[in-house]
Amino acid sequence: MGMKKKRWERRHLVELFMKAIMLVSLFLVAGALGLILWTIISRGLPALNLDMVTQTPKGGFYMGREGGVLNAIIGSIYLAIGGTMLAIAFSLPITLYLKAYLGDSKWGDYIRLSLDVLWGIPSIVYGAFGFTLMIAVGLRASLLAGIIVLALVELPIMARAMDEVIRRMPVDLEHAALALGSTKFEVAVRVVVRQMLPGIVTSVLLAFGRGIGDAASVLFTAGYTDRIVTSLMRPTASLPLAVFFQLGSPYPEVQQRGYASALILTIIVLAVSLSSRWISARLNKYTVK
Amino acid sequence: MDPHVQVKNLNVYYGKQQALKDVNIEIPKKQITVIMGPSGCGKTTLLKTFNRFLELTDGAQLTGEVLVDGENIYDRDVDVTEVRKVVGLLAQRPSPLPMSIYDNVVYGMHIHKMKRDRREYKAAVKHYLEIAGLWEEVQKRMHDPATSLSIGQQQRLCLARGLAVEPEIILGDEPTSALDPISSQNIEARLIELKQQYTTVIVTHTLRQAKRLADYVIYMYMGEVVEAGPASEVFNNPQHKRTRAYLEGLF
Ligand SMILES: Nc1ncnc2c1ncn2[C@@H]1O[C@H](COP(=O)(O)OP(=O)(O)OP(=O)(O)O)[C@@H](O)[C@H]1O
Ligand SMILES: [Mg+2]
Repeated sequence: MGMKKKRWERRHLVELFMKAIMLVSLFLVAGALGLILWTIISRGLPALNLDMVTQTPKGGFYMGREGGVLNAIIGSIYLAIGGTMLAIAFSLPITLYLKAYLGDSKWGDYIRLSLDVLWGIPSIVYGAFGFTLMIAVGLRASLLAGIIVLALVELPIMARAMDEVIRRMPVDLEHAALALGSTKFEVAVRVVVRQMLPGIVTSVLLAFGRGIGDAASVLFTAGYTDRIVTSLMRPTASLPLAVFFQLGSPYPEVQQRGYASALILTIIVLAVSLSSRWISARLNKYTVK
Repeated sequence: MDPHVQVKNLNVYYGKQQALKDVNIEIPKKQITVIMGPSGCGKTTLLKTFNRFLELTDGAQLTGEVLVDGENIYDRDVDVTEVRKVVGLLAQRPSPLPMSIYDNVVYGMHIHKMKRDRREYKAAVKHYLEIAGLWEEVQKRMHDPATSLSIGQQQRLCLARGLAVEPEIILGDEPTSALDPISSQNIEARLIELKQQYTTVIVTHTLRQAKRLADYVIYMYMGEVVEAGPASEVFNNPQHKRTRAYLEGLF
């Protein structure tokens, strides 16, 4: 019996069509990313110099044509790290509780749905919510308020990502370790964490990426200042807002500095993503699929 | 008979459903005991009572005693991790831990702090991989992920890992059913080699495997032990009509 000659049946056409759609979407995504990068680099690179990353602004963030955005760089790093830590402190217990007590029950699904909804809410709403809350408790725009609101912005994405990671923990693994006479603590520390760490690292950095790039949520809550923040209770600058203000300036030179700030922010995010991928890949080597 | 495990008046319930009914058996020392019976008759459940795995199932309840060397493993002052160190388990599907081949074997020895230094651990890892018949294949790739091994190799790795904590009893719940014929034979050969040193309890659905392995046979039906005795007697001259029907039905 000879092989049947390939004929152009319907299913082959469907496959071709699907491939075409995938290619088109790939080009759209890659093209959009390329265009954004090209815009930032071509406009920002000329204004990027050592002063930008080592000086605070001279002549105001809105008008100033000299100095740099060190205040915003440091502010953003504080905000994002603080917000991410706080989000971890709440996400981990939430996901562990989901796993240990709610599982795939009705209540577990309600919580997952709530997190998904929270994830979709625009961050300006978080900012407004945080602002109302701050007024209620008498807190002024400050690094602390910014960190709290950023944690709220990051929490849904982090908790959901961790939840997916923990849900994929194979029960066989726990049993294998228990069968060797492990205590539950040893199972958790030596086996479960090892299996889940790459996923948790990814979840955390995903949330970090969303946090550091968010402008709307820190607009009312962290405020803005030309100085480098020195206290949790003082307002702080941040890179997304630096970009926002500088691009809104009437002076072309200042606008160009806005692109340079955007470039700095992009480089930070890129560095974080790349290192997270590197860490994940290293940790991933031994995990059981 | 010199019993290693004695089961006395054992009843197990999953919620309201009774899975084991008044089981009384003795497992001979340093022999292979094979548990047989139709699907759902309680073989896995019985095995799980031997290493206290039953308590990992929500809603499972147990009455009666399981004595290992005369000591009831369900006594309140018995440490469950000690029970599981003495009573090892070879699962149906191999489940390597998320670490390297070397670390898989060393894991149990580490948690029980069984050796003094790195050199001793290394020597022990080699020793147990040799016993499991895996050393030749993996000696050059000790630090590769355990999951990079084939399924058959993974099962032998799990055997080495289990033996490394120096158990006295090895439980196997259909330990070859997920493996290809060659790998199954390999595991079977290992179990036969090891039976001089370990008390082995195997659940199997294949009569041929049972005949190759068994010194002692337990036949179960609907949660009850119908017949138990030396392999030659049970296979050649089953006393109970259900055992006879099962043995004939399998040909
Ligand atoms: N976790 C559980 N919850 C409720 N009932 C269970 C549970 N595990 C087993 N059972 C029931 O207990 C009885 C014995 O099950 P068991 O798994 O011990 O059978 P088995 O002999 O190992 O079967 P098989 O040969 O199919 O593996 C069955 O009726 C089964 O449905
Ligand atoms: Mg079973």
